[in-house]
Amino acid sequence: MRPISYARAASVDEAIAAVRADGGGAFLAGGTTEVDLLRQNVVTPRLLVDINDLPLSGVDELPDGGLRIGALTRMSDLAQAPGVTRDFPLIAEALTLGASAQLRNMATIGGNLCQRVRCGYFRDAASPCNKRDPGSGCAALSGFNRGHAVLGTSDWCIATHPSDLAVALVAVDAVVHTRGPGGERAIAVDDFFLLPGDTPELEHPLDHGELIVAVEVPPTPIARRSAYLKFRDRESYEFALASVAAALRVEDGAIAGVRLALGGVATVPWRARKAERFLIGRPAEPASFAEAAGQELAGARTRPLNAFKVELARRAIVRALTTLTDATRTQPREAR
Amino acid sequence: MAMGVEVVSQAVRRGPGPGPVTLSVNGQEHELDIEPRVSLLDALRERLGLTGSKKGCDQGTCGACTVWVDGRRVLACLTLAAACEGHEVTTIEGLAPGGELHPMQAAFITHDAFQCGYCTPGQVMSAVALLAEGHAADDAQIAEWMSGNLCRCAAYPNIRAAIREVRDAGDG
Repeated sequence: MRPISYARAASVDEAIAAVRADGGGAFLAGGTTEVDLLRQNVVTPRLLVDINDLPLSGVDELPDGGLRIGALTRMSDLAQAPGVTRDFPLIAEALTLGASAQLRNMATIGGNLCQRVRCGYFRDAASPCNKRDPGSGCAALSGFNRGHAVLGTSDWCIATHPSDLAVALVAVDAVVHTRGPGGERAIAVDDFFLLPGDTPELEHPLDHGELIVAVEVPPTPIARRSAYLKFRDRESYEFALASVAAALRVEDGAIAGVRLALGGVATVPWRARKAERFLIGRPAEPASFAEAAGQELAGARTRPLNAFKVELARRAIVRALTTLTDATRTQPREAR
Repeated sequence: MAMGVEVVSQAVRRGPGPGPVTLSVNGQEHELDIEPRVSLLDALRERLGLTGSKKGCDQGTCGACTVWVDGRRVLACLTLAAACEGHEVTTIEGLAPGGELHPMQAAFITHDAFQCGYCTPGQVMSAVALLAEGHAADDAQIAEWMSGNLCRCAAYPNIRAAIREVRDAGDG
């Protein structure tokens, strides 16, 4: 590992100032991505500013039914917060199906949103990678791309966004709150994740030294009947090949409300708005779900090794929505 | 302070060369002279001679380095030693006092829950934490919540048997 400097910040403003003061400065939260990629020479900060002492932990249930999640809340703590397990099962399940117990004890919510892709060529500091080394090319286009994205790709990058949590958060229109040298900002989670386009090195709109301080989840009654479904190469401790965050409200057999987002198949956590629009008012039955999935995935751009993901994602969508429909039927009152 | 005003950082900057770091490990304080880039795992193994925590992958995928920080199981390979100042680290060497075996260690022996033994300290640290967390209701839950600890010898059924025994005895 290359040498680094280290500073421990006692306040948010101090942390921001310390990172701002050094062009090679970066925040250190849980470290599960930062330390790993530092050791691999994929990221090369000169200074790590440890923010773990900052008072940014905890989950507040807001009077309106929403949540305010401190950026330093650990994945494991958020997953078992009562307001999350009760009102946002898709968030709790996405968290628990991610990483391992040890990593969930370390990794923070702010860090989770900033985690880097798992593309083997990005993580191998010797391969061409437009994300790590802009303009050097993309080894994944013609390489081993079985795990790569089929939605939101470009000729510069096809790396899959790895977060499960972020998929659940885009489904519920979360808002990322930041603080930086220019003051505070609220960024809709949809605007937080940038498509690779021809600048895959830009993954989010944060300035250097801008710190995520909280994530807010608006009141979302439909999320009480929600789920996160994840398919992967092994049963646990693995990134998604395809995953679905879904919430559903059925009235008199018709879909009155739906939230749908996809993971494991796109370069960003993918809100499936085409599918959502199609589903409103349709019968809550597998044929509707399959048609909606087909519309969402019609724009998929596959490679020989990852073409299977289209069918896998289609089936995952149908499975998730069918399961939620069945749950709605057994407990109709709660679903309203 | 007013928003949008730059403040000069008061944070003490250390490194990149060696500097003093105080680590509390298994209830004992140690003064180390280490660079900020040194991981908790390397500090334990290379500086403190606590070689029970193992270096398998050194990239957070195998769990052989599992230790507790403030009582929670974490990966020592992805933790910087400097970041542990002010926190209590517990390693396999500190699990049971005075040369005694912790019930989980004894159960691992009883159930032959290892072959090569390299992953075992991490498995044991994870297994004791698992019981404290209450995530060992049945075999499926044990398997899920132990998935961060890989065993190349595939002793998983025996590891689960050891965990069940300690769980059922209620002395984990």
